[in-house]
Amino acid sequence: MFRWRKYGLIFNPTDFKDRPEWINEYAQAPNAIVFEKFVRVFFCCRPKPDAKGQFVSYCAFVDLNRHDLSKIINIATKPVLELGALGTFDEFGTYPVSVIKESDEIIAYYGGWTRCESVPFNISLGCAKSKDNGESFAKTGVGPVLSHSLDEPFVVTSPKIRKYNNSWYLFYTSGQKWFIYNGRAEIVYKLRLATSSDRLTWKKVNKNIITDKLGPDEAQACPDVIYANGKYHMFYCYRQAVDFRVNTNNTYRIGYAFSNDLINWTRDDSKAGIDISESGFDNEMVAYPTVIELDRKYYMFYLGNKVGKAGFGLAELEGDLK
Amino acid sequence: MKWRKLGKIFDPARYGLADGCTEYAKSPQAVVFDNYIRIYFSSQKRIDEKYLSYVQFIDIDKEFKNILNISKETPIKLGNLGAFDEHGIFPFNVIKYQGKLLAYICGWSRRKSVSIDMAIGAAKSEDGGTTFSRLGDGPVLTASLHEPFLVGDGFVRVYDGVFHMWYIYGNAWRASHPGSNPDRTYIIAHATSADGINWIKEGRNIIEQKYPLECQALPTVIKIENRYHMYFCRRHSFNFRNNPDYAYRLGYAYSDDLTNWTRADEKSGIDTSKDDWDSDMICYPNLFDCDGKTYLLYNGNEFGKYGFGIAELMEWD
Repeated sequence: MFRWRKYGLIFNPTDFKDRPEWINEYAQAPNAIVFEKFVRVFFCCRPKPDAKGQFVSYCAFVDLNRHDLSKIINIATKPVLELGALGTFDEFGTYPVSVIKESDEIIAYYGGWTRCESVPFNISLGCAKSKDNGESFAKTGVGPVLSHSLDEPFVVTSPKIRKYNNSWYLFYTSGQKWFIYNGRAEIVYKLRLATSSDRLTWKKVNKNIITDKLGPDEAQACPDVIYANGKYHMFYCYRQAVDFRVNTNNTYRIGYAFSNDLINWTRDDSKAGIDISESGFDNEMVAYPTVIELDRKYYMFYLGNKVGKAGFGLAELEGDLK
Repeated sequence: MKWRKLGKIFDPARYGLADGCTEYAKSPQAVVFDNYIRIYFSSQKRIDEKYLSYVQFIDIDKEFKNILNISKETPIKLGNLGAFDEHGIFPFNVIKYQGKLLAYICGWSRRKSVSIDMAIGAAKSEDGGTTFSRLGDGPVLTASLHEPFLVGDGFVRVYDGVFHMWYIYGNAWRASHPGSNPDRTYIIAHATSADGINWIKEGRNIIEQKYPLECQALPTVIKIENRYHMYFCRRHSFNFRNNPDYAYRLGYAYSDDLTNWTRADEKSGIDTSKDDWDSDMICYPNLFDCDGKTYLLYNGNEFGKYGFGIAELMEWD
């Protein structure tokens, strides 16, 4: 089992009194890029809801001191991605976002949110590029780069973009079915994978890449992959299908799987080594992990309670990732 | 092109429709069998001021005089909760391929900021077209980087072993004036496939727009001798429901290579009639061959509320 030493909460926008309106609360789905002097952690936040209680979601970042990740040295002053135009797939939100450095650019894949009538939302993946280290992104197109298909009928989201051996890998989540529970539409989603040589044309693997632990309706998200010591390691989160918002037996936990070829994965949650705390910002759930290597150490950023309403935290791996 | 109108051949008001549908017979699409022609179309059921579109069919004799059969229930149920075709199927394009029937579903699902979105799914029939089952809950063709929404109206033909799909995608939603509901603009595109399931978009608008607010819909293609002929319907993006000058008319284009299309609406050879069921509007064309003749199915006023008619091709280029 891995042993993670928790540093506790790193960032919650509500701790900043003079924060702008668009960054009112939430710090969801952290993803980091390491720079010379700082680590830029992208996350998704929300302004206050509208009169009907509905949120939009923006993408932002905080910069952490590379030598002391608990120190915030800079915060984005505007959303790094604009919401889409009327009727487009990302009109109501850009969440989650995954980033990768490619020569002197940063490439982002993100979940674009639209609102539906019979179910609350639908999601497809968009693509964008930054030439200013992630302070602003230009979208590759007005439509999605990866969307729904025969076997992935809706809610294609939670992207993680990776490049290995000159091929591109897009890990993500896809919805399998909507169902009504206590009068509310709930979604079952599973971890999926697509590959590409040019980053824009994707070939879906069209299978669930990890097995179910909590039965066929288990929800799985955030397949975060890192290569270390001769194999690929994946940390992700999973939860029960229903009653997962408050009931801490059913909320998100972080799981682990490994692979030698990026396609075939062995799930072994018993190795993950990180769980909810007794108290604090992560005493109800831990979710949406992202693991980085930094100065010969491995760190995990992850969400706490209410899927990041309580902000994101940090843990350091004790020992090696193998 | 010269057409002879044979008149209206089906009026839904004169028949009981299945699935609780009360009106409309939109986008007739023909499949020719030995002794009859099956025509699929979409009817509407009204619930709480909104409509659901269900596919129905009739079987009609080859003189288009006698209706031999009418569907007792829809050949394809609406999609599951949250699916692209949850709120309607319109149109429904059926092709015969290697002795089987394949169908392309134009699925409708409702949105909040705009009224709807569309995507194209696929289904097959094992009983000669009475019932169809989906190949999956999701679409085979949907929005992409440069075709952001409203991917629909798929019409498929196989030429020289290649599946061709002509379809439409939306390029803008906009309100005609502040406060009005957004209207959509869509244009015609093309994709190809080796198996009818995995499609590669050509990635361009293949029929030039006459003006930026022109909508193009329901492309239908037929090969006569060495030339491909395309009919489609076209209208203004705004005020197309109430102003007959902005309402649907048929457009026409031709191609000798399936790549370059020459638009020539003036050669279409068919327009609205005077004081008739198709005097204000003519739309949703469908071309097919039967016993050496070429026919055009189409809708008239109010988008097919009063049924569909047919014309026979008399002269061509």
